[in-house]
Amino acid sequence: MLEVSLQHRLGGFTLDAEFTAPAGITVLFGRSGSGKTSIVNSIAGLQQPTQARVILNGDTLSDTTNGIHKPTHARRLGYIFQEGRLFEHLSVRDNLRYGQRFNPAGRLGLADIVELLGIGDLQHRNIRTLSGGEKQRVAIGRALLSQPRMLLADEPLAALDKERKAELLPYFKHLNDSLGIPVLYVTHATDEVLQLATTVIVMDDGKVARQGEPSLVFAQPSAAFEDSRDIGSVLDATVDQHHDDGLTELQVGAGRLLVPETASTTGTQVRVRIAAQDVLLARSRPQGLSALNVLSGTIEKLEPHSSSSVIVHLASPVGPLVARITRRSLQNLGLEQGTNVFAIIKTVALEA
Amino acid sequence: MDWLSAAEWSIVSLSMKVAVLATLLSLPFGIFIAYALARWEFYGKQLLNGLVHLPLILPPVVTGYLLLVTFGTQGVIGGWLAELGIVLAFRWTGAVLAAAIMAFPLMVRAIRLSIEAVDLHLEQAASTLGAPPWQVFRTITLPLILPGIGAGAILAFAKAIGEFGATITFVSNIPGQTQTLPTAIYTFLQVPDGEGGALRLVIISIVIAMSALLLSEYIARRVAQSVGG
Repeated sequence: MLEVSLQHRLGGFTLDAEFTAPAGITVLFGRSGSGKTSIVNSIAGLQQPTQARVILNGDTLSDTTNGIHKPTHARRLGYIFQEGRLFEHLSVRDNLRYGQRFNPAGRLGLADIVELLGIGDLQHRNIRTLSGGEKQRVAIGRALLSQPRMLLADEPLAALDKERKAELLPYFKHLNDSLGIPVLYVTHATDEVLQLATTVIVMDDGKVARQGEPSLVFAQPSAAFEDSRDIGSVLDATVDQHHDDGLTELQVGAGRLLVPETASTTGTQVRVRIAAQDVLLARSRPQGLSALNVLSGTIEKLEPHSSSSVIVHLASPVGPLVARITRRSLQNLGLEQGTNVFAIIKTVALEA
Repeated sequence: MDWLSAAEWSIVSLSMKVAVLATLLSLPFGIFIAYALARWEFYGKQLLNGLVHLPLILPPVVTGYLLLVTFGTQGVIGGWLAELGIVLAFRWTGAVLAAAIMAFPLMVRAIRLSIEAVDLHLEQAASTLGAPPWQVFRTITLPLILPGIGAGAILAFAKAIGEFGATITFVSNIPGQTQTLPTAIYTFLQVPDGEGGALRLVIISIVIAMSALLLSEYIARRVAQSVGG
């Protein structure tokens, strides 16, 4: 568990953040300039804030009140940078082995890492000839081989195209699941949060705006979200059945959802995301509608969103749902807390 | 060495010895000072920078005179060294000191520029991988600045082998003892019919300078490949 408390002032910007990252993948989410990188650099010891308290599993890394500041090299945190920061004067293999020189041998060997990341063919290549995606794989491997107690990743996929990103994202999940290394992952991309996060910390203007499980964090509007599309519900589901007509049925909570066919085999755990703007509400069960997913629910809370719209929180068989509707519709349908409604879901996005 | 007379050989070998020693002995100091000027903030930094550059902007004869005053047998440091049995003035060892001092600003400038060009982000990455500061310098900074060190060394060597003013002032121009290529060429040009002798030394100077340049590039390439492994 990582406990962090930081205060720092730089020009007009004030960083004042306090949070705890439990085991699993903690995602530090927020738009650029919200102080995410400063936080990660302070944890790594690359930056010294005015006030800092960073404790990893009981080991104090920084504590300004007691004058403690462990140097970066003694912290044993792996750091994956956005730009990779590979050493161009060394080969791929020597980049990978760099961290091994200064750290006691651990359970992760070169061969395991090479296999895990599929970089066997790259080992003797020159760093300059690697593609962006290949560079990041090597960077991940290099960080892992230093036997880190925790992995810090600062927008590691931001410089990659969509396909490369989709290829690399599962590695972070995998290395947390199977290697048990806690990860602090910085991003401003919602899809990365949804695929990876076990805990989300939303940063806004140097402060922690919100923290918790992704399903709770994303259900409410926040200034930190770059676009209102980001509001939505995140639900854990199990692949239940593949139908002959190309649809896949998911078991979600006590309910079911139909999604376009996925490659996942029956029984696989997946995470689905339903954007608030993709949910319609009706007072009676709609007839003659093309939408397949219609769920009954009860309004739990109404939350103002903008001058023209509100966010409606529903309890439904699949779990909590959020819908964004206009204030006019709210009036016309006479919706209020406790009203029973039907939620018509236009799109269910499968996130993993 | 049939194609060089004994006198010529003594001139060339002395010049080479002086220039090579001046370069090699000042290199560690050059790297250290360049690193300090490029990376550290400390009290008196501008003064140090000025002192290092002084031989570049002062007339060489003035530098030679100052060396004589300081390192001569009656000088502040020279007197103390003389008690230890070390005499620099009018000795070939003094020529090494003069050449090193004159070449130092060129060496420091080249190395400093290359240190300033190193991406600090790479050093940070190395420290996150567990490398303590000295190892970061040895495995990341040093290999990256090798071309700069090579350039600094070759500049210093070229300056050292061509040094005239400070050398002739501090150690004079004694054949077989302190006479180097430039002072020998000067001597030839002072006597009637000396041009032939001067020309031979001029050609030798050009060959040495060109060889040094090629050698330094070769070494820089080889070292860059092998360091850091």
